[in-house]
Amino acid sequence: MMRGCSSRAKQNQDRAVCMTNCPTLIVTVGLPARGKTYISKKLTRYLNWIGVPTREFNVGQYRREFVKIYKSFEFFRPDNEEGLKIRRQCASAALNDVRQYLTEEGGQVAVFDATNTTRERRETIIQFAEQNGFKVFFVESVCEDPDVIQENIVQVKLGSPDYTNCNTEEAVEDFMKRIKCYENSYETLDEVLDRDLSYIKIMDVGQRYLVNRVLDHIQSRIVYYLMNIHITPRSIYLCRHGESELNVKGRIGGDSGLTPRGKEFAKKLSQFIQAQSISDLKVWTSQMKRTIQTAEALSVPYEQWKVLNEIDAGVCEEMMYEEIQDHYPLEFALRDQDKYRYRYPKGESYEDLVQRLEPVIMELERQENVLVICHQAVMRCLLAYFLDKTAEELPYLKCPLHTVLKLTPVAYGCKVESISLNVDAVNTHRERPENVNIHRTTEDALQTVPAHL
Amino acid sequence: MVGLPARGKTYISKKLTRYLNWIGVPTKMFNVGQYRREAVKIYKNFEFFKPDNEEAMRIRKACAAAALKDVSAYFTKEQGQVAVFDATNTTRERRAVIVSLAKEKGYKVFFVESICDDPEIIAENIKQVKFGSPDYVDRDIDEAMEDFVQRIECYRASYMPIDDEKDRKLSYIKIFDVGSRYLVNQIQDHIQSRIVYYLMNIHVTPRSIYLSRHGESELNLLGRIGGDSGLSPRGLKYASALANFIRSQEITDLKVWTSHMKRTIQTAETLGVQYEQWKALNEIDAGVCEELTYEEIQENFPEEFALRDQDKYRYRYPKGESYEDLVHRLEPVIMELERQENVLVVCHQAVMRCLLAYFLDKPADELPYLRCPLHTVLKLTPIAYGCKVESYFLNIEAVNTHRERPANVSINRDPDEALQTVPDHI
Repeated sequence: MMRGCSSRAKQNQDRAVCMTNCPTLIVTVGLPARGKTYISKKLTRYLNWIGVPTREFNVGQYRREFVKIYKSFEFFRPDNEEGLKIRRQCASAALNDVRQYLTEEGGQVAVFDATNTTRERRETIIQFAEQNGFKVFFVESVCEDPDVIQENIVQVKLGSPDYTNCNTEEAVEDFMKRIKCYENSYETLDEVLDRDLSYIKIMDVGQRYLVNRVLDHIQSRIVYYLMNIHITPRSIYLCRHGESELNVKGRIGGDSGLTPRGKEFAKKLSQFIQAQSISDLKVWTSQMKRTIQTAEALSVPYEQWKVLNEIDAGVCEEMMYEEIQDHYPLEFALRDQDKYRYRYPKGESYEDLVQRLEPVIMELERQENVLVICHQAVMRCLLAYFLDKTAEELPYLKCPLHTVLKLTPVAYGCKVESISLNVDAVNTHRERPENVNIHRTTEDALQTVPAHL
Repeated sequence: MVGLPARGKTYISKKLTRYLNWIGVPTKMFNVGQYRREAVKIYKNFEFFKPDNEEAMRIRKACAAAALKDVSAYFTKEQGQVAVFDATNTTRERRAVIVSLAKEKGYKVFFVESICDDPEIIAENIKQVKFGSPDYVDRDIDEAMEDFVQRIECYRASYMPIDDEKDRKLSYIKIFDVGSRYLVNQIQDHIQSRIVYYLMNIHVTPRSIYLSRHGESELNLLGRIGGDSGLSPRGLKYASALANFIRSQEITDLKVWTSHMKRTIQTAETLGVQYEQWKALNEIDAGVCEELTYEEIQENFPEEFALRDQDKYRYRYPKGESYEDLVHRLEPVIMELERQENVLVVCHQAVMRCLLAYFLDKPADELPYLRCPLHTVLKLTPIAYGCKVESYFLNIEAVNTHRERPANVSINRDPDEALQTVPDHI
């Protein structure tokens, strides 16, 4: 689906008219250590991946740039007038940058990540949004479980620039006092008082949600996403099928079976998975022979997803790059010019792939330990989601055959371990050549094609 | 389901059941009111529902038990995956019975409670669905309204909504004021997550959905399937006629959607309004059979042709798609159609069949044979528990592209038998 931007906000006195495609301002709400930044970063990553230009604005960041050295929790005391002044300035500066991003830089969604725990502060933001023609959606995280809060502090606060020079006990103690500074003035989103606002209240890390006045498509998608993510520790294993017959011939696409080396990989994969001693592992494949054959060797139940099928190369299916250059030199060059958006005639683009992989990502978020056996382009798209890679980088991510990537969420990101299972395979990675001009020579076009039979 | 009468429980139950079946999850609805109507042939008045009416209480309990028994049978003997138990279930006691039965049998329970105190909505509800109910078939409107209001009162005193504290371990969604607010608790799995997403996207604002195919295309004329050709002269005429028709309908805020293929885009262009292109609305991919005539398919792929006739819904063209695949890729379109209000979807034959099957609750074996002729607009308007369909043929001649299932679907059939139902073409 292409959502083009229809006409933008028009200034009308102090209120801008909100058209259907007007930008959205997501505002986090909650005491410190409630996962606001975790949610902000994850949501931003997801929205960018599905093609909605999104950026987060963390007020704490602004504060750190302003007040070079963090001394102690006293900065956050409600009676610290100097501190309050600085904090208000930082919030304003951040909102200013939000305005610039959404009105001048083509941003569609801005995530304003701060505590925003008082109704007064939220009212200021609402007015700012109204003046600029932005829709506002609040995301509040409420949690009273001391274990969860403690784990939160350990995972992300101890490593914060604020606490680089403290030992663990000092840091935890100071942070607890910091939270206390906010508690007295905390006004949670109220079912009655805030009944006209659009918001989701997340309680106890997703046990319960209160959703109020979802206004449009993007808010509905955001709510759906937030209701599917969790923080239970787990790992996601990504790998391609074993080397296939068409791989060794240097041909793209098709539906061929595994080579002997590919079968060897499947066996090694089975051993690797067993050695990892993973509890309750789900295994997913595409509906193409080569991934299914790979999974078969694992001797565990696996689920086939059609949407995990390799990118459809249309008229170029089963061709070698040399043949593509021979028959479709123009198309070949166009693809090198914009590999993410380029669509093979009668085929797909990476952009299309991302669109069809979205339900896979949503289900991966819901699940715990999963092994996904897929294909080069598909794996690039999934990897880009987890590692927050841009559309430009995505089609060139290295996903070699016979290598498993183990992704483990940690703090605000993802730890990646790359495990090569020591079975030789052809290289199928074609770098972007220097010359992408439609008039380039055949030699220039084929400069980066990997070796094959 | 949980809620006082006239809170939309049956509306939600039917819609949810329709959606789940369409996406391929075998689902069935069990309406306890139905069981009661079968047990007590004639409904006299609201006194049946008075909490002190012991005789009636006994009957009502028996009906609920009978319905639950059928739910079990549906799961164990009919491969059902989801059962929607549609009744008021307004007391904790009744809900506890259901929870313990489910626990015993290993079923997951998900409660959907509808809470609404807006008297206008409730009155409208009663008008739309209660007056036509078999319970009130011999009453005049005022009598019926009064009796139904008393009926609701019978439940009100003993109504215990799901409690956020006491019921914190249950999985449920509470819908407030027809979707203005939701409370969601303890979603356990994928299907519950999809159900919640669906329930949060539907609405009851009156609107109409217009479904039409592109105008007649060059390949249509040649009897060729698929491809990406432009409109024929008659197809272009249709596009103009469509524009006139849409204008005459005086629709507020109409959204127009097309696929990425030339023929739908050309059709929409004539409307002179903004339209949105969805790749998901592209016609079914016929793989190796793209741009072939049926005669050519019979000649080159006679076995495939027969297999398709044997199971048109699940059959996948080599290197192409099946209707089943189509439904899967159309699901986001359906979800967005639910969110929207007035929409015109300009699409293709197989795609339109899938969308129509969703709105008209057609099963998988009927879906691939639904009639979606060229140059005809279908106007769908939700009413009561279903959908009113109005069909407008815009008086521009076009080829027929509808191929009925032939009598002989055996892989050994003659070419004649295979081509028996192929419509005429150049």
